[in-house]
Amino acid sequence: MTTHTGIRITQGQFSFLPDLTDAQIKAQIAYALKQGYALNIEYTDDPHPRNVYWEMFGMPMFDLKDPAGILMEVNNCRKTFPNHYVRMTGFDSSRGWETPRMSFIVNRPKHEPGFGLVREEGQGRSVRYTITSYAAQKPEGERY
Amino acid sequence: MTSPPQGAATPQEDSLDLAALLRESHALEVIEALDRELVGLAPVKTRIQEIAALLVVERARAQLGIAGDQPPSLHMSFTGNPGTGKTTVALRMAEILHHLGYVRKGHLVSVTRDDLVGQYIGHTAPKTREVIKRAMGGVLFIDEAYYLYKPENERDYGQESIEILLQVMENNRDDLVVILAGYKDRMDTFFRSNPGLSSRIAHHIDFPDYAPQELFAIAQIMLERMRYRLSGEASAALLEYIELRRGRPHFANARSIRNALDRARLRQAKRLFAAGGAGVSRDALMTIEAADIRASRLFHDAAAEGAA
Repeated sequence: MTTHTGIRITQGQFSFLPDLTDAQIKAQIAYALKQGYALNIEYTDDPHPRNVYWEMFGMPMFDLKDPAGILMEVNNCRKTFPNHYVRMTGFDSSRGWETPRMSFIVNRPKHEPGFGLVREEGQGRSVRYTITSYAAQKPEGERY
Repeated sequence: MTSPPQGAATPQEDSLDLAALLRESHALEVIEALDRELVGLAPVKTRIQEIAALLVVERARAQLGIAGDQPPSLHMSFTGNPGTGKTTVALRMAEILHHLGYVRKGHLVSVTRDDLVGQYIGHTAPKTREVIKRAMGGVLFIDEAYYLYKPENERDYGQESIEILLQVMENNRDDLVVILAGYKDRMDTFFRSNPGLSSRIAHHIDFPDYAPQELFAIAQIMLERMRYRLSGEASAALLEYIELRRGRPHFANARSIRNALDRARLRQAKRLFAAGGAGVSRDALMTIEAADIRASRLFHDAAAEGAA
């Protein structure tokens, strides 16, 4: 979640690295397919770390064998939402896991204003801290 | 010429052993198996060998650093009468292309119109894309492809599906190979009304009908797989049967032969029961007698016609 030096949102895998190239994304997808994960693509314009409900782009891709098809869908999503956060999630359906095993951002807005720290006065002199996204103060669709 | 070991060459070397490259790819085994297990089909086999040779040369060129920027187009159309082996060859084709490194995974996704064309506006494109995504890295086999296009209905969604296919065949050439299959005359009409599709397919392969001797050879291969054998008279009866069946309507080459053999097995089982069923030898269980084949309706009809 941190907003580090370049004010880039860091969520999921590889987010401290420069943006992955298509070839690198393809290699990650190939790995996920080899592990038997079902991949899906999600997007959002509200990247608050507690927002776990990103919108799904199309159906989860269960029965694909080759990364090229998934990359095609990633590029479709980027074209539709060029200024949203887009992430790939690999879901492991095997017994005992039944949870996303990998997740990484494949597209982000050009300008990311980041988060502000909010201090709330509590009872006595206690202070409660939270963060709020600058972009999410605008209505949906106008955020980035 | 000194051939390098295992055909692998460093880019500095100027010569390669093509035969070694082919051996290395293991495609030869698949092609040989194809030759062994599929009877006849000479034009098909020649074309497959040509394609294999092209891909090996292409690989050699890549190793020497003289590969072109465009991979060769390998979309194909298989035309021929029912039962001439179109699906079987398509399945093998996926394997061969995989061994030769043209497709990455080598699986075959076999679809018909139902899987590609939707039922209402906006349903077709996602459906077709879904199938294409599934086929990536392998071979997309569209059986009875002429159903995709219905000229009598202007608002048919099939056209939309064809357009998406065209686009993918052009842009994702290295991701998947599309094989269209169907009966000769109807495919010809289909291609005439979709010239764009026809011109994007480099290989139009025609599957010829089998000769009676070839059908007999096919029957023997099938029987061998079912672990049966023909008695001497039964072989003669089967040849006669093939001659008669070929003249009949709805003759579907190898498929008709398989059905005939299945019926002969039924009759053999019935005959064994009728004979008492006690103390049946291993030999009797495996042998199909002439009577099992001659009991076919075809022989009665022929006899009736001869008498009339």
